[in-house]
Amino acid sequence: MKKVFERPKSLTKDPFTYCPGCHHGIAHRLVAEALDDFGVREKTIGVCPVGCSVFAYVFFDCDMICAAHGRAPAVATGIKKSKPDSIVFTYQGDGDLASIGTAEIVHAANRGENITVIFINNAIYGMTGGQMAPTTLVGQVTQTSPYGRDPKTMGYPIKVAEMLSTLKGVAYISRVALSKPAYILKAKKAIKKAFQTQVEGKGFSLVEVLSTCPTNWGLSPIEANKWLEENMIPYFPLGEFKTPEEVS
Amino acid sequence: MGEKILMKGNEAIGEAAIRAGCRFYFGYPITPQSELTAYMAKKLLKMEDAAFVQAESEIAAINMVYGAAATGVRTMTSSSSPGISLKQEGISYIACAELPCVIVNMQRGGPGLGSIQPGQADYFQATKGGGHGDYHLIVLAPSSVQELVDLTMNAFDLADKYTNPVMILGDGLIGQMMEAVEFKERKKISLPDKERWALTGCKGREKNYIVPFNLDPYEMEKTNFKIQKKYNELKEKEVRYETINLDNADLIVVAYGTVARIIKTVIDNAKKEGINIGLIRPITLFPFPDKIIAETSEKINKFLVVEMSLGQMVEDVKLAVNGRVEVNFYGRVGGVIPTQSEILNEIKKYLK
Repeated sequence: MKKVFERPKSLTKDPFTYCPGCHHGIAHRLVAEALDDFGVREKTIGVCPVGCSVFAYVFFDCDMICAAHGRAPAVATGIKKSKPDSIVFTYQGDGDLASIGTAEIVHAANRGENITVIFINNAIYGMTGGQMAPTTLVGQVTQTSPYGRDPKTMGYPIKVAEMLSTLKGVAYISRVALSKPAYILKAKKAIKKAFQTQVEGKGFSLVEVLSTCPTNWGLSPIEANKWLEENMIPYFPLGEFKTPEEVS
Repeated sequence: MGEKILMKGNEAIGEAAIRAGCRFYFGYPITPQSELTAYMAKKLLKMEDAAFVQAESEIAAINMVYGAAATGVRTMTSSSSPGISLKQEGISYIACAELPCVIVNMQRGGPGLGSIQPGQADYFQATKGGGHGDYHLIVLAPSSVQELVDLTMNAFDLADKYTNPVMILGDGLIGQMMEAVEFKERKKISLPDKERWALTGCKGREKNYIVPFNLDPYEMEKTNFKIQKKYNELKEKEVRYETINLDNADLIVVAYGTVARIIKTVIDNAKKEGINIGLIRPITLFPFPDKIIAETSEKINKFLVVEMSLGQMVEDVKLAVNGRVEVNFYGRVGGVIPTQSEILNEIKKYLK
């Protein structure tokens, strides 16, 4: 019998501990598939953030390190500089990357560090129980925006993919979603391109992954997928923002 | 015997670090240590298998060190007081992750933005942990450019031996001063293998992972106990100090770094006036040389601690003498360096 589906080698056998309906599991799998596809698992070093995916080190079957909140791109820089032949990726949430770690991501991108960043944007802080993220939508209710995000005092959600794609040092940036199979297939392609960019030494790559947080959004997994498509995608349009010619 | 070279303290650290095998430096400009950052840029950018990054911030610099240290290479960052404060979170992570690295603090006057002249007011921060949680750095306090060179080289060995961050705690004066130095041949010492924990890609082995946290408090407590054990070993094996004239001294001065240098001249001047001063100069501030201080306090009952702070190391001296004798204190701060004559006058007060 031909095996048509199996666990990627780059994932451990540990079952995911994420909430039902959360997209971290899908995103982890896509990253692992990309590492398998390029055959780079044994030379990959992953950097996990502070947040729900702090446990990513359990699930990826490659060398892993946990960075301080927001500092993953700096840690990845240190790793890549000292092990230039390794494949280095960070996996960061929106609070981690777009709030406390804004300086680190902007400058790693601007230096054109040859690393891959997987940026999970679910418009909320998950691990700490549902506070406003830099990507929380206008009007969105969270623990710290209990009357809805008011742009007059809380500003507007940051569009990371657009912002970083203005930097010359950046090679590949795209935004994807995981709310339906068609999107997942596109996300897989984008994540693969991001790693290809690094494998070919073309510079900094980032994939912004729009994701759900049913627990903190207070929605069922199905409702959460619908909410993402109706509210997040119109503000955070999907697509490629920057590609080096050879990997497009 | 090697050749003697005239070098500025900050540059001498850079040369010593490179000779000790450090090829990865991450830093951010700040007075009075910027010459070190510039020296590393000049050298490392021209070397193979080496990297220099001017980081976007002190915070990024220490986290780059964290990443590089995790791969098993010798790595370093440097700064001065306010910059070192910014690095504290990262240093706590590195201590918890038990990674080796060297951090240089060329102290300036504080608090706040303070001044750019020399200070010693970061003693508490350096020796008591500095960041959050129970941890210590190995803290080395040079008092000449030659010692800066020797201790920088030692620092990398100590960091590797104990898988713990090491701080070189100097000050603006030592960093800016020029002296003749010699880069001595170092005898090879055997150090623990890094392969067991370094992140190098998992080819042919199980994956390695470095995670400075554990949500199970009993497991996290075990991590703490494990780290503490190293500190006890350090206290047993790595205490270093210099003593001068301890026999028959009328009074013992305890001072480190720049201040200890000044005290040596004070001792000579005092001798001309028939006053016998002894000096205990801690070279390791952590582990602190408390035994020699305790032993000396059984023979001599007058102690004076002199610091460029308002009284930090004096607390450790008091703990060491444990109430046996009175411990007096004299300090200047904010970038002011105490003069020989004012220290001698202070000493005379206690000899009346």
